[in-house]
Amino acid sequence: MIQQVLFIFALAFFGFIIRKRALQLRNNIRLGKPIGKTDRVSERFKNVLLVAFGQKKMFKRFVPAVLHFIIYAGFLVINLEVLEFIIDGLFGTHRIFAPYLGSIYTVLMNLFEFLAVAVLLACVFFLIRRNVLKLPRFWSAEMTSWPRLDANLILVTEIVLMLAILTMNAADQLLQIRDDHYPTTGSLYFSSFLMPLFQSAETPALIVIERFAWWFHIIGILGFAVYITFSKHLHIFMAFLNTYYAKLEPKGHINNMPVVTSEVKSMLGLTQGVTTPAEPGRFGAKDVNDLSQTNLIAAYACTECGRCTSECPANLTGKKLSPRKIMMDTRDRMEEVGRSVAKGGPGLNDGKSLLGDYITKEEINACTSCNACVEACPVLINPLEIILELRRYVAMEESGSPPSWNAMFQNIETNFAPWKFSAADRFNWAKDA
Amino acid sequence: MNVPTLAELTPKGESPEILFWVGCAGSYDDRYKRVTKAFVKILNAIGVKFAVLGTEETCTGDPARRAGNEFLFQMQAMNNIQVLNGYGVKKIVTACPHCFNTLKNEYPELGGTYEVIHHATFLQQLINEGRIKLSGGSSFKGKKITYHDSCYLGRANNIYEAPRAVLEALDADLVEMKRCRTTGLCCGAGGAQMFKDAEKGKKEINIERAEEALQTGAGTIAVACPFCMTMLTDGVKAKEKEVEVRVKDLAELIAEAQGLT
Repeated sequence: MIQQVLFIFALAFFGFIIRKRALQLRNNIRLGKPIGKTDRVSERFKNVLLVAFGQKKMFKRFVPAVLHFIIYAGFLVINLEVLEFIIDGLFGTHRIFAPYLGSIYTVLMNLFEFLAVAVLLACVFFLIRRNVLKLPRFWSAEMTSWPRLDANLILVTEIVLMLAILTMNAADQLLQIRDDHYPTTGSLYFSSFLMPLFQSAETPALIVIERFAWWFHIIGILGFAVYITFSKHLHIFMAFLNTYYAKLEPKGHINNMPVVTSEVKSMLGLTQGVTTPAEPGRFGAKDVNDLSQTNLIAAYACTECGRCTSECPANLTGKKLSPRKIMMDTRDRMEEVGRSVAKGGPGLNDGKSLLGDYITKEEINACTSCNACVEACPVLINPLEIILELRRYVAMEESGSPPSWNAMFQNIETNFAPWKFSAADRFNWAKDA
Repeated sequence: MNVPTLAELTPKGESPEILFWVGCAGSYDDRYKRVTKAFVKILNAIGVKFAVLGTEETCTGDPARRAGNEFLFQMQAMNNIQVLNGYGVKKIVTACPHCFNTLKNEYPELGGTYEVIHHATFLQQLINEGRIKLSGGSSFKGKKITYHDSCYLGRANNIYEAPRAVLEALDADLVEMKRCRTTGLCCGAGGAQMFKDAEKGKKEINIERAEEALQTGAGTIAVACPFCMTMLTDGVKAKEKEVEVRVKDLAELIAEAQGLT
C-alpha cells in the first residue's frame, strides 16, 4: 500500500516535470518562424518511416549502425515491459501479466533479457569507441566537456538500467523458488547467470534486492526521461519530428524569399501578381527567431554524432566551420533565450545573438554549400539552411560580406557576370574559334 | 563552328531543339571556353538544332544567392526569365552544374519553368540514342580515367550515373576515388568560394581533392563543372603533375574521341 502511494506520487512528480519541460521545448521552438501548412504529406511520412523508424541513413556506416540499432530496438521493445511496471506499481500487483500469458510471458521476458544484454554490450562498445579508441569526431573542437559528459552519462545510465532489470529478474527467480506467492516466470536465461550471486541471501534480503532493483529501474527510467529533455538524447523524439518536416526539394535548392520577390518585381515594374507582404521583418537570420521552426526542431534533433562535420570539406582542411557546431549553437542559443523568457528576462533582447556570440562570420564564410553535411545526417538535419540564412543577414542587413564577395556582387550588377569582363564581350568565344 | 543565337533564329520563325546556356565561365574563362567550343562542335557534328543567347545571356545569380545577396540573385533571375520566356524557351542544356541547379530548381518559383538538362545527361542521351557514335578501339580504350563528382550535379541533384555512363561509352577504365558519389569531396569552389580566398585553415580543399584523384593513378581526371575544372587543374599543378595528368571535361573527351578537336 505504501509502495502504491509512493509510486503514484513518483509518477505524478516526474510526469509534472516532464510536462513542464515539454511545454518549455515547445515554446522554444515557437521562437522560430511558423512552418505553415506542410505539403506532400505522404512523402513526409515515408521519410519518417524509412529514415527515423527504419534508420535507413544510419547504415551508411555499418558498425555504429548495427550497435545503434540494437539500442534502438531494445529501447522500443523493453519499454513494453515498462507497461507492466506501471500497472504493477499502480495496483500493487506483481508481474500482473505472468499468470495470464503463461509460457508466452517466459518467451517475452527472455526476449527482453536478450535485448537488455545486447543493449548493455552495445553501450560498452560505444563507450570504448568514445573514450578508449577516441574517434576523432567525438573529440573535435565543439565537443567540450559537457557534450562529452552528456554522451557518457547516457551510455552509463543505459548500462545501469539494463543491469537493474537483470538483477531484478535474478532475485525474482530465487524468490519464486522460496515463496509460492511469486508468480512463476519460467526460466530466464541471462539473469539466471546472476542467481548464484544472490543464492546465499536470506529471503527478506532478497525481497529488498528485488524491490530495490524494481524501484531503481522505474525511477531510473522516469529520471532518464527528464534528463533526456536537457540532453542531446532528445533525438529519440525529435528525429521523428525532424524527418517529417525535412526539406523535400533537391538539396541544391535554396529557399526563396518571397519578400524580396515582391520588392524586385515592383522595382522592375512587374506589378502584376505582386502581393505586398504584411511585414518585411529582417532579411536573413541574426538570431534564432529569424530561423524557421523547422531549423529549431532540427537543432533539438541533433545528437552530436558529428557525421556532418567529419565529411565537411571546410572542416577537413582545418577551417573553423563545423556543421555540428552550427546545430549545437542554434540549440544552445534557443535554450538560453527560452530560459530567459520563462524567467521574465529580456529573452532575445539580452544583447547577444546567434550570429556573433555563437557563430562567427569566419565559420559561415567557409561553407562551400556542397551538401556533404546534409547528405551525411542520419536524421535529415540541414545545417546548410541555417548557414545560408546567416549569410543573407550579413549580406543584406550589414553589407558585411567579405570584400571579394562585394566585388563579385558589383561585377554582376554592372557586367552581369561575377568577373570583371565586359558584357559586350560575352559572345566573343564564338568569334575567336 | 556554327553558333546561332535566338535573336537570329526567332525572326526567321525557327525554333531550335535546345537552348545552350553557356554560363559565365563558359563565356569568359579561357580554359572553360574550350569546353564550350568542344560541346558546340559535338552539337554541330551530329546536327542538333540549338541556339545560344549570346550577349543576351547574363549570370543566373547563383554565386550572389549563395553568398547571401538575395536581391541581386532575384534581379538576375527575373531579367533572365523575362528573356527566356520572351523567346518561349522550353528546353535548356548547360555545361555548368551551378547554372543547371539554379535554372532547374530555383527559377520555377520566380516564374521560369523549363526542362533543364546538364550536358552530362544530354551527352548520355545522345550516346544512348545513337546520335553520338563511338567506334570501338578508341584512344581511350583501357586508359584509366577518374571522375570527380560536382556537388551541384551529385548531392544537389542526384546525378551520379550519367557522367559515368559517358566515360564508360569511351571504353575507358573508370577508376573511382575513395570519396565518390554521395560522399564525393567538394573541389572547394561551391557556395561562391570561387570568388574569394579560402578561410584560414591547414590545407586548401582543392589540394586535398587533387591528391585523392592522383592516388587513383588515372591519367585523366574527368570533370563536368567549370569551378571543379579550375580547382582541380590548380590542384594538379600544385602537385606538379600537370604533364602526366590532365583535367578534362566530359564534352572535351567526347569531342576528342570523335576527332573533333
